[in-house]
Formats: sequence, structure tokens, C-alpha cells
Amino acid sequence: MAFLSKEASLALVQRVHRLIGMKNGVTPHDAPQRRRQRSAPRPGAERFDVIVVGAGPAGSAAALVAARAGLKVLLLERGEYPGSKNVSGAAFYGSAILHELIPNWWEQAPVERHLTRRVLAFMTAETSVAIDFRTTRFAEPPYNGFSILRPRFDRWFADQAVAAGAFLLNAAVVDEVLWEDDQVVGVRVRRDEGDLRADVVIACDGANSFLAKNAGLQREFHAHEMSLGVKEVLALDEATIRERFHLYDNDGLAIEYIGAITEEVSGGGFLYTNRDSLSLGVIGQISSLAEHRRRPYELLETFKRHPSVAPLVRGGRVREYSAHIIPEAGWNMLPKLYTGGMLVAGDAAALCFVAGLYLEGINYAIQSGIAAGETAVAAHRERDFSARSLARYLERLRARYVLTDFANYRHAPGLVNSPRLQNLYPELIAGAAEQVFRVNGGPKRKLLPIALDTLRRANISPIHMLQDAWQAGRSFGW
Amino acid sequence: MVSIPLEERMRTVRFKVDDRPHIVVNAAVCNNCSVRACVYVCPANLFVPLDDGGILFNYEECFECGTCYIACNQEGAIQWSYPRGGYGVTFREA
Ligand SMILES: Cc1cc2nc3c(=O)[nH]c(=O)nc-3n(C[C@H](O)[C@H](O)[C@H](O)COP(=O)(O)OP(=O)(O)OC[C@H]3O[C@@H](n4cnc5c(N)ncnc54)[C@H](O)[C@@H]3O)c2cc1C
Ligand code: SF4
Ligand code: SF4
Repeated sequence: MAFLSKEASLALVQRVHRLIGMKNGVTPHDAPQRRRQRSAPRPGAERFDVIVVGAGPAGSAAALVAARAGLKVLLLERGEYPGSKNVSGAAFYGSAILHELIPNWWEQAPVERHLTRRVLAFMTAETSVAIDFRTTRFAEPPYNGFSILRPRFDRWFADQAVAAGAFLLNAAVVDEVLWEDDQVVGVRVRRDEGDLRADVVIACDGANSFLAKNAGLQREFHAHEMSLGVKEVLALDEATIRERFHLYDNDGLAIEYIGAITEEVSGGGFLYTNRDSLSLGVIGQISSLAEHRRRPYELLETFKRHPSVAPLVRGGRVREYSAHIIPEAGWNMLPKLYTGGMLVAGDAAALCFVAGLYLEGINYAIQSGIAAGETAVAAHRERDFSARSLARYLERLRARYVLTDFANYRHAPGLVNSPRLQNLYPELIAGAAEQVFRVNGGPKRKLLPIALDTLRRANISPIHMLQDAWQAGRSFGW
Repeated sequence: MVSIPLEERMRTVRFKVDDRPHIVVNAAVCNNCSVRACVYVCPANLFVPLDDGGILFNYEECFECGTCYIACNQEGAIQWSYPRGGYGVTFREA
């Protein structure tokens, strides 16, 4: 809590208490809950200590922690193999966290490149202005981040849970949780004899969060709270990647784009270097895509044709196209994170950190997965699986800075999706930069007149500017 | 090629098609919908507006992303679930 002001930590504690105090079936949101039919397990259902639903990073982390403590753990995955349904950029910034769990994990895991260069680019249709950060300090163990390919990484991570003693069942889709009184006691898999019992069910089923909704812990989503990401992996040879992006050996680069890259749609773009391919894509708020009637794959094409992106992707061959949603509203869409016999982690709990320069979900998924696994282990030690016992999940999430990060940045999603930040400010930055750099035979102007002139022409009221500056400050600054 | 049409891009993705559709669209509701959000947002272009005002939907090359049901604000238009275990889209990124 060291980073929180006194008021902020008080507000957080109050909020967390409200979460704890909420009765089963009531969410932190105002939307009415539909009452759902609750099923009980059929007699003779097989029994586990812990069932984890979903073998993404959250689920594999939870399963690994619980299995290591000697519990009988079942990890259920609906895909052909873990990772087969999963899409990220992917720049993975949880290296140090995973290092705690699996020392020197990068020596055995399928990683692409360690990220030593990060670029944030503000775009207009013809111009880009970028902040370019690079450091050799991120090229040293435990590294700051890696580019990864999810189908490979997730498979490896799930195998670590299996090596720790968890059972992995692929091609198993869970349709609902099972109840006895007010306690979740298992899940129903869509197949014959599909009822399975567990003292603790950990829902790590990703952004659609159907299990949390089914258990009454999450409400239906609004289209402005969710973004759609479409992505391509472009094959490009290693030597070209190193030369084109000025990289040594296995160094890697992550670029985030904001501004006109998604035209009037609220969103952004990304480009990450893999070993012998590039991952690039655009992300658009679903309500905004619908409102502006823009098709995501057309935005992806526009992105690739942008004059500052086209030379980076030249010669790349499309290896695979993919799409996935991202929970974007952060703090404002967190579900109730536990009930008797059940915990929710990762994207299923909307613990995906999205705010302009940040797109971090994998690291928070692993953090919350670990916290959920540890909570299940502690509950087994005390043989108490009630909501009160599992409420300590919140403390663990706070100790890992998960809840505190989301609380601290709770204003960011609204700001980042505002039209001024999406399009006007990138225009202003690019326009001002152009005036600074253009030499046209006229007088060389100083910076202040250029800035004032830019603002005057943008026709934005000083009050709005101040409001935005205040919003930006409280979102990112303090 | 860097720039390719959607149909060609969709051919880079592997789908194991279940004979049972996991998404069912209710034509009666769509006929009265003027928003047509699904048509624009679906990353696989699976919702095709028809001349008679209806919507043609095919579930076979679906990413299972959920965008359509989140974008659609008409009650009862889309019945959405995941395909049976092991079926549907399989990403390889290789
Ligand atoms: C385009 C895009 C780019 C992104 N880029 C980044 C990035 O660069 N860095 C980053 O950190 N994050 C990024 N994210 C976010 C990141 O992908 C997620 O936050 C992360 O995947 C969450 O992990 P998870 O384990 O909670 O969920 P998921 O990875 O979604 O895993 C859920 C798992 O549950 C399984 N499942 C779902 N329902 C069921 C069911 N009913 N029964 C059985 N199994 C089920 C799924 O098949 C899946 O394996 C990006 C997201 C997108 C869409
Ligand atoms: S699916 Fe929804 S958005 Fe699409 S046409 Fe039908 S009612 Fe309209
Ligand atoms: S789930 Fe996604 S890919 Fe499938 S139909 Fe809906 S929007 Fe299209």
C-alpha cells in the first residue's frame, strides 16, 4: 500500500469491504441480476480438492500452486490443447513473477525475444511522433518482458502444472457450476457423466466470464466495456527483423500506437517482434466499432498501410489471423471475486490492465491465479471453504498489488477512450512537431507560440484542456 | 503478401467444425433491427445482411470471441455458447 495516498487507500479498503459485504448473487454493479436455476451434482460424481476451469495463464498458475501443495487438482480446458483458443499481443511483462514460481523459467519456456525497446507512437493519418525507450538493463535476467506466442507458451505453462501433479483434461467445456445450498461444490462438463465435485472451483475461463455470470458473481457486459482485438502473425526472417528494428541477437521491440490508427474508433494498435515473425494488431472498443460501422479487419489493413507502419511489415507473409475480446473497464467492471466454494481469476475477473500505453493481462492473470491457488490451499488446510474463508483471496490480491493497481488506475479507461485523447491530442502533438521540424523559408518560430497556435487552431476550450490535464493527472500521475 | 482479402486471411485459421451450431441467430428479431451491429463488428464477417431485411449467419468459421452478443442490444437475437470441447477454432501462430 506504500504507493497509495491515505484517502486512496481508505477508499480502496471501503470498496473492498463493500465487495466482501455483498450478499451472494449481488454484483458491484447496478444492473439487475437474472435469477438463474442452480443445479446440484449427480450422485457418484468424481471428487477433486480443486477444479480449475481454463488452462490460460491464470488457470495454469492456480493449478500449479495448488498441485505443488499436494492437493488433487483437475485443470479443465475446452480447447484441443491449452493455448489453442487464446490470443494476446503478446508482450509478457510477468517475467519476475513467473521466476518466483519457476526459477529461470525463460531457459525452458518457448519465448520469442526479450523486450529491450518500447515505443509509444502518436499517430495521425500521415504523421507519427514517438517516444522510443531502450535499455540494456532489460536484457539481463530475470528480464522485464518477453514476446511470446500463446499457443506455445500456454501449452508449456499447463505442462508445468501437470509436472507439479495436476490432471489436465483437454477438450472439456464447462457449462455451469454446481451448488449445494449456497456453496459451489463442482462443475458440469458438457459430456456424459460430466458432473465433477470439488471443494474449491477456480474460474479462469477468460474474458467472456460465463462461469462468474452463471454463479451470479458477474453481470452482463456493456459494449463500451469490452474491446475486440484482431491480430496477425506475419512471417519475416530473423536477420530482417534484427536489421529493420535495430536489435541485437534476441532483443525485442514492442510498439503501442494511439491516435488515428483506428480512425475515429476508440482503440489502438500494437506491433511486437517475435523470433522470426511479427505480431501486430488493432484493438477497438466494441461500442465504438458498432457506432462508426467500422469493420475490425479493415482497420487492420489501414493500420498496415500507414506510412510509418508499412515499411516495418514489408515482405511479411500472413501466417495466421486471430481475434479475441479484452475486458477494458478495469475497476468498474470487476465481478464479485469469490463466493462459497468458488474464486474467479484473470480475465474472467476482468483483471486485465488496459490504458493507452499499457496492455497487460497475462501478468495479472498469473498474479491472480497464484493468489487464488494459495487461497484454495489455505482453505484446505483449515477445511473451511465458506465464503468467509475464501474472502482472504482479496488480501492476497492486494498483497500482490493486483487490486491496488486497478484501484489506482480506475479513472484511466474513461480518459483513454475519450475522443480528445483518442484523436485530438495525437493530432495536436503531431501538428506541433511538424511545425517545429518544418523549414520553409519563413521565420524560425519559438516553441511557445507554436504551442499556443496549435491550441488555438484545435479550437479546444481551455476548460476542457484543464479538465483533461486533471483527468490525466489522476489517472496516470498521482 | 502483407495485404490480403479477408477470405484469404481466414484460410490461415484452422477450424474443426462441430455439426451442432454453437451460435443461433433468431431471424425474427433481426428482421426488425436497424442497427445491425453484428454485421460490422464480427472479425470473421459471419453476419451477412440480406436484401429482404434478414441476416444470414454461418457459425463455421467463428473465433468464439463473443463480440457479436456483446454488441447486439436486441433481447433474444443471439443465442451464444462455446462449441463442444475440442471443436471450433484452433490457433497455432506457427
Ligand atoms: C489482441 C490482444 C492482445 C493482447 N496483448 C496482450 C499483451 O501484449 N500482454 C498482456 O499481458 N496481455 C495482453 N492481452 C490480454 C491477455 O490476453 C489476457 O489478459 C490473458 O490472456 C488473460 O489470461 P486468462 O488466463 O485469464 O484467460 P485466457 O487466456 O483467455 O484463458 C482462458 C482459458 O479458459 C478456457 N475456457 C474458457 N471457457 C471455458 C469453459 N467453459 N470450459 C473449459 N475451458 C474454458 C479457454 O479455452 C482458455 O484456455 C491481449 C489480449 C488481446 C485480445
Ligand atoms: S444479431 Fe442483433 S445486431 Fe445483428 S441484426 Fe440481429 S438483432 Fe441486429
Ligand atoms: S463470436 Fe466473434 S467470430 Fe464468432 S460470430 Fe460472434 S463476433 Fe463473429
